[in-house]
Amino acid sequence: MNITVTVNGSARTSEVEPRMLLVHYIREVLGLRGAHVGCDTTSCGVCTVLLDGLPVKSCTMFAVQADGRSIMTVEGMATNGQLHPVQAAFHSEHGLQCGFCTPGMMLVAKAFLEENPAPSEEEIRWAISGNLCRCTGYQNIVKAVQAAARNMSEVSK
Amino acid sequence: MFPSQFTYHAPATLGEALALLAEHGDDAKVLAGGQSLIPLMKLRFAAPPIIVDINRIPGLDTIAEEGGSLRVGALVRNRAIERSDVITSRYPTMAAAAPMISDPVVRNQGTFVGSLCHADPQGDWGSVMLALDGSVVARSVAGERVIPIGEFLDGPFTSTLRADELAVEARVPDPGSEFAGTYLKLERKVGDFATVGVAVFLATSGGTVTKAGIGLTGVGATNIKATAAEQALVGGTVSDALIEEAARLAAEAADPRTDIRGSADYKRDVVRVYVARGLRAAAATPVA
Ligand SMILES: Cc1cc2nc3c(=O)[nH]c(=O)nc-3n(C[C@H](O)[C@H](O)[C@H](O)COP(=O)(O)OP(=O)(O)OC[C@H]3O[C@@H](n4cnc5c(N)ncnc54)[C@H](O)[C@@H]3O)c2cc1C
Ligand code: FES
Ligand code: FES
Repeated sequence: MNITVTVNGSARTSEVEPRMLLVHYIREVLGLRGAHVGCDTTSCGVCTVLLDGLPVKSCTMFAVQADGRSIMTVEGMATNGQLHPVQAAFHSEHGLQCGFCTPGMMLVAKAFLEENPAPSEEEIRWAISGNLCRCTGYQNIVKAVQAAARNMSEVSK
Repeated sequence: MFPSQFTYHAPATLGEALALLAEHGDDAKVLAGGQSLIPLMKLRFAAPPIIVDINRIPGLDTIAEEGGSLRVGALVRNRAIERSDVITSRYPTMAAAAPMISDPVVRNQGTFVGSLCHADPQGDWGSVMLALDGSVVARSVAGERVIPIGEFLDGPFTSTLRADELAVEARVPDPGSEFAGTYLKLERKVGDFATVGVAVFLATSGGTVTKAGIGLTGVGATNIKATAAEQALVGGTVSDALIEEAARLAAEAADPRTDIRGSADYKRDVVRVYVARGLRAAAATPVA
């Protein structure tokens, strides 16, 4: 099937088999390796991308379902070489160790902060509860999301 | 993991979808949120030759009160239920269950109606619907029928929906003007299926229970409606003794199996404790 997907702002047209999962389309057809494959069973969230702005687990969706829609991967977060505030906060707060969960975590954090710009710590913990991290113990991820929330509200003032 | 090959249809109208289901019958599977079907296809537990993706059909994402019931369309995501004002204010059992289903990313995709159609005995919405006396509206090229949830859920992963039918919406009766409810779930971690889940609903009039609903998750081959416990409550005033009696009857209605989540005896006792806790919480927070 021929599909056209807007990926990180530009339209991409490809021929895919209906059974191709979105994550394989992103990684293998588009060559964007920031979406990872971990559990492959809809549990870990390392494959998370934004579909029309909302997080989805791309190992649990077919690429054909994204036809005509818009996707953001971690590669699309920075603009003009400038890190997104969420990325900058993960950097400054050491919100990652191995980095495997990080693209999914940051995309979830971005969508979450757009909906809830001033969250409590508990709200942050629930928001990232679909994404597993085996390294950090979540402490610094939560701090990074808090820092990003502060920086984003500074910017919008 | 790759599913086996299939032919993909993404009908743009309900009529087209029903025609495809009529034509292909058992060979076709409806794809809604895909959060149960796609994992099964990846594991090759399911290998439908034809997929009918309903996500492009307009008008199926309505949450609205109309004609004495709440209508939840086939494409209403769990995310939307969590954020719905009408559900938060008028359907407390649903409002309590929504944030406990899977995890926030899976809730962005998974649908309420899809969960009912999947008929997982460990699914939370089946119990909520049993407690609220809900129903499922099934449509085919031959017409429409309204199936009470107790008749809809037929066994583990089996509903009474025919292969040519699409569940277009679920309906939940108006709760009245004095009501309360909640959903309690014991899970090992976020996103896990219930070890035990308990849905409760009470409608009252001047302190007397006029309607009671209790649904149990994860303790039988389907979600279970604790009918004897409900009957014990109706006509009474909520007291500690009545709550204990209803909780005991609900635990008797449970038919749990010992598995990795706990022993049968343990789960039955959790039913008793959670039904009592749920009824107490409901009695303490009536909406009037
Ligand atoms: C990690 C994870 C954790 C989960 N945890 C929970 C949990 O705690 N509690 C819980 O209740 N659920 C849980 N689920 C299941 C989740 O809520 C599913 O999304 C839901 O059960 C199925 O809804 P869906 O829209 O994704 O359906 P799909 O996967 O699209 O479909 C499921 C089945 O129903 C059929 N179907 C769907 N819609 C219709 C329709 N309108 N008409 C006819 N047939 C239809 C499909 O053909 C298929 O057989 C979990 C899922 C995952 C991946
Ligand atoms: S790889 Fe998709 S959820 Fe783990
Ligand atoms: S940083 Fe290693 S998994 Fe999260």
